[in-house]
Amino acid sequence: MKIAVCIKQVPTREWQPRLNDDKTWIRDQDASFEMNEPDAYALEEALRLKEKHGGEVVVCSAGPARVSQVIREALARGADRAIHVEDDGLASADAFVTSGALAGAMQDEQFDLTLTGLQSDDQGFAQVGVILAERLGQPHATIIMEVQVQAPSAGSGQAATLRVKRELEGGWFQWVAMPLPAVLTIQSGINQLRYATLKGIMAAKKKEVRKAAVPAGLAGKQKIVSLYVPEKGKKTQLIGGSPAEAAKELVRRLRDEARVIA
Amino acid sequence: MILVIAEQHSGGKLNRATWETIVAAQQLASLLGGDASLSGGDVSLSSGDVSRSSGDVSRSSGDVSRSSGDRASALSITVLVPGASVGSVAAELAAAEVHEVVTVESAALESYTPDGFTAALQDAITQLSPSHVLLPHTYQTRDFAPKLAARMDRALLTDVTASKTAGSEIAFVRPMFQGKLTADVVPQGPAPHFVAFQIGAYRVDQVVKGAAPAAVRALSVTVDASAIREKPEAPFQQAKQAVDLSQAERIVSVGRGIKEQANIALAQKLAEALGAEIAASRPICDAGWLPMERQVGSSGQTVAPKLYLALGISGAIQHLVGMKGSSTVVAINKDPDAPIFEIADYGIVGDLFEIVPAIIEAVKH
Repeated sequence: MKIAVCIKQVPTREWQPRLNDDKTWIRDQDASFEMNEPDAYALEEALRLKEKHGGEVVVCSAGPARVSQVIREALARGADRAIHVEDDGLASADAFVTSGALAGAMQDEQFDLTLTGLQSDDQGFAQVGVILAERLGQPHATIIMEVQVQAPSAGSGQAATLRVKRELEGGWFQWVAMPLPAVLTIQSGINQLRYATLKGIMAAKKKEVRKAAVPAGLAGKQKIVSLYVPEKGKKTQLIGGSPAEAAKELVRRLRDEARVIA
Repeated sequence: MILVIAEQHSGGKLNRATWETIVAAQQLASLLGGDASLSGGDVSLSSGDVSRSSGDVSRSSGDVSRSSGDRASALSITVLVPGASVGSVAAELAAAEVHEVVTVESAALESYTPDGFTAALQDAITQLSPSHVLLPHTYQTRDFAPKLAARMDRALLTDVTASKTAGSEIAFVRPMFQGKLTADVVPQGPAPHFVAFQIGAYRVDQVVKGAAPAAVRALSVTVDASAIREKPEAPFQQAKQAVDLSQAERIVSVGRGIKEQANIALAQKLAEALGAEIAASRPICDAGWLPMERQVGSSGQTVAPKLYLALGISGAIQHLVGMKGSSTVVAINKDPDAPIFEIADYGIVGDLFEIVPAIIEAVKH
């Protein structure tokens, strides 16, 4: 089975946001970056499917040159090769542009299955996987917690089938079957992540990374006119002092002011 | 015209998030109605004050305080109800002050599928040609709305919390970077623009009801059932929810800041001292440090205790939607910029491993 995994590079959780001069995007040069967490789970799921069914795992990422860091990391964890759609403009692209850039580079590869995270920790559109499926003319399912691929018996002439467990809201789930090729967006926690081994890191250096350009004529469909630190909805009373003092004062206020503890 | 797409649960019951989306539509209609070319009334809305003004409106029992412009704009809203048999849900929604409720019924929409809903809604939207299509940002709309918008080559803004004027345009407010920043976003390209609203961003009790039920009519659409590629099975619950956190009076909830499984015991001790249930954000349950049934957030339980004490929880939106109904929120986090502080009543910035033992000690006295 030929599996594509779309990964994104996003600012780390510890990153403190700083805005650019016209306050419509972040100061990219100040940020440190890592692999988007749900995408890491998608990669792990792809590697497990390959171990079970054989085939190839190809990592696809659309972003500026710095994205090669997470591509190398994915290759070190076990992906076979990579496609990097490289363009500085992709750093702040919306879901239409990102999915268009990925679809353009993936079109001719004839992947059986494409996995990606359910949303990214930066812009958080939760759209790229679904739009990608539409652009590739494939069915999809989102927020997936289990993937079952039933390979046909050799020579039967039948196509492989896919059955996936979708997470619904409030602790409900649902199994959905669909034909391959298909696109799935993967939920965090579907599996336990593996880390790259030293051997994997060495092997990654020799793996192929194909560069691709953004297809012409892709225009964004949303424009950020202002980016800012959110206004606080509530007035937080910050309690200072030493840990012992702060704890004592908190308990006092929870008892006397909020009256929520005895 | 603003089109609201209603959502049903699999049992055929209305998803309450639909009412929130109607509130969002009524407030957007006021903003659009504030445009002199669209309104004959004296609508004066300062941007950023949208929720407060229409909150006042909904509290007045009659329509006395409403300007004719507001009325006219609210009546530009159409609610669309897709499904196999939606009569009772349509009648329920007709209580809202809207122009009309339109039903789109097809046997092919009995179970939700992205192919079925995309085909039906594309047909309906093309017939109705709205300026905006509003949806709740639920797991279901996450599944089909990007496909529908892409097929129609239109903009889709997700996780939106408010609408406002930005110069001569309407901007939609949405969180970015896990809530560390907020963006005002203007959809680009031709109408309709699709906008999906974050659950809980609008209050159901602010909905403006009509003096008489709105008209309900059926719209016929074509759905080719044989073209639906996804074959869904019946929804199920993994395990009986042994723990009903929604009834808890006090909750101590742990996030990534707890660092390792062994430290959960410290949070448990605090919970015992406060007479609280223990809960967690998603990453903790993903790691298996606490069972999934103790997870609070969009994929777990929704809670509203008297006291919610968040330990080392940064406050990603997916978590906040599950607990922002809590009366008193306490946040303890080493990062002063953590979004959890935006909704906390009391905050301590510091090392939870020093502060939590001190709280346990302080509670004893």
